[in-house]
Amino acid sequence: MASLYPAYPRQTFIALRTLVWKETHRYLRIWVQTLVPPAITMSLYFIIFGSLIGSRVGPMDGYSFMEFIAPGIIMIAVITNSYTNVVSSFFGAKFQRHIEELLVSPTPNYVILAGYIAGGVGRGLFTGLIVTIIASFFADLRIHSIPITVSVVFLTAVLFSLGGFINGVFAKKFDDIAIVPTFILTPLTYLGGVFYSISLLPEFWQKLSLANPILYMVNAFRYGILGSSDIPLGIAYTLIIGFITAGTLLSLWLLNRGTGLRS
Amino acid sequence: MREVYARPRNVSNTTARLARDHRPCIEPAQGDTFIAFDCRPAVLDPVHAIMNALSLRQLNKTYAGGVTALQDIDLEVPPGDFFGLLGPNGAGKTTIIGIIASLVRPTSGRVEVFGHDILTDAWQAKSNIGLVPQEFNFNQFETVSQIVLNQAGYYGIDRRTALERAERYLRELDLWGKRDANSRELSGGMKRRLMIARALIHEPQVLILDEPTAGVDIELRRSMWDFLRGMNERGTTIILTTHYLEEAESLCRNIGIIDGGRIIENTDMRSLLAKLKSQSFILDIAGSVSDFPTLSEFHAVPVGERTMEVEVYGDQTLSHLFAQLNAAGVDVTSMKNKSNRLEELFVRMLDNRAQKTTPRTR
Repeated sequence: MASLYPAYPRQTFIALRTLVWKETHRYLRIWVQTLVPPAITMSLYFIIFGSLIGSRVGPMDGYSFMEFIAPGIIMIAVITNSYTNVVSSFFGAKFQRHIEELLVSPTPNYVILAGYIAGGVGRGLFTGLIVTIIASFFADLRIHSIPITVSVVFLTAVLFSLGGFINGVFAKKFDDIAIVPTFILTPLTYLGGVFYSISLLPEFWQKLSLANPILYMVNAFRYGILGSSDIPLGIAYTLIIGFITAGTLLSLWLLNRGTGLRS
Repeated sequence: MREVYARPRNVSNTTARLARDHRPCIEPAQGDTFIAFDCRPAVLDPVHAIMNALSLRQLNKTYAGGVTALQDIDLEVPPGDFFGLLGPNGAGKTTIIGIIASLVRPTSGRVEVFGHDILTDAWQAKSNIGLVPQEFNFNQFETVSQIVLNQAGYYGIDRRTALERAERYLRELDLWGKRDANSRELSGGMKRRLMIARALIHEPQVLILDEPTAGVDIELRRSMWDFLRGMNERGTTIILTTHYLEEAESLCRNIGIIDGGRIIENTDMRSLLAKLKSQSFILDIAGSVSDFPTLSEFHAVPVGERTMEVEVYGDQTLSHLFAQLNAAGVDVTSMKNKSNRLEELFVRMLDNRAQKTTPRTR
């Protein structure tokens, strides 16, 4: 693996800046595909589950249903958009073969990884912000702790960007970039305590829910906004940072091996 | 009386020229004062090894499926060379290019660019290479200028320099008017020129082109040849793969022929062509081939109703052939070379190697 300090720091920075801007420009250019859909979908969640059904559900953990689900819905937007951005962009680059532009260049692998992750985090946080603004029309969101809210949402965006990257590395056809989001990510997100407190579940399902990493992120984020969580914060942070470390090491290892990139 | 510097075998003209402080090496003639100098093959001499633009050592590649694409490839390309890598489809040309450009991982062996190892000194090595691949591989959704500017960024080139160079190379390749067009809207020829502009944006010392004129019309092909010659004259080392042998014959100074993953010939164009002992000519005649006389010294076979193929060896002359035809009262209406010389040699070399049972496609 490359030494920690780059041999050509100025050039390395220019390469990183180029890739970050290219990735950012990508999702901004196709904003109708990337930024508008989550705004519409999440507005529908707020109208249907929050206003129409939520008023009959009654309070959850002492908060109105709308207040309770708002943080979870913001997290759904952040998770899906971070993941989708990186997996589509990276697989698209492989499919059109313009990833070769990067592979022939001296841009180090960790810069390639950082550039794509920056794009995913950027889009995740951008859509998260849009959904938060929409949520504020429906619920009175008083943020309990800004450092916890911001750090959890940022780390979650990083983690799912890494997930999208690893998916993109292995993907060989378009089906492969849809399988993980459809069959793994969506179920885990919806079962991750977005719409309910796990204290409502029978004990067996409560225990099983604790194996779902998304539960920890949703709850940590909910703690940041509302000040209430089903699980201890320390465990949530440890888990997220642990997964990020593992995801980063795996991604770099795959890049250095050239998996899915160099024959 | 001239002073002549001898060039030992195995050392290309360019290496020898560099070694003699740019004094040209010419073939000695009678009456020349002969001055020998030490210019051993680069592989023996570390100083010259460092000077090589490209050096491949014991390169092997076996793909995951078990297909052996390259076997023990050793190749030295001196700086300033115009090197052609020839071979039939599937011979391993694109694998070699892929390894040099870090798109394919070698199973074993080393690649050095101006003495910089492609793996351990990647920034220096890769910055010295520009690649023009065989197939279009740019982002279809980006504009021409975005593509070249992003590429400059990946090489760590600051924005101002990148903008200057982008304008220079896009103008030079006649793409400046299309700079804001989406790359997918370009014609085939423009797309190819865009890949050349992109490969030049970091001003590499070595330009590698994989089948640069495949599917390109004659006019564009000629203008690309002129462009590449100009680049080479200004000092850029050019390595190209091609299956247009006319292209290799017209452009390249040195040639490597690869077949079945091995280099079977690596020499300069002149000595390669000198190996060709005979040429075949196609003659169209006024009468029927049945009236064609039996020639005493030439081998002739009919190939059409009014067309004969005649083989002329190096020690024979065309005027001698025509004298015989004249004497027999045969009128020749037109004549052409059966194929260009390199092609003929190439086919023979490969045929000699090919197993009789497996017909080779050219």
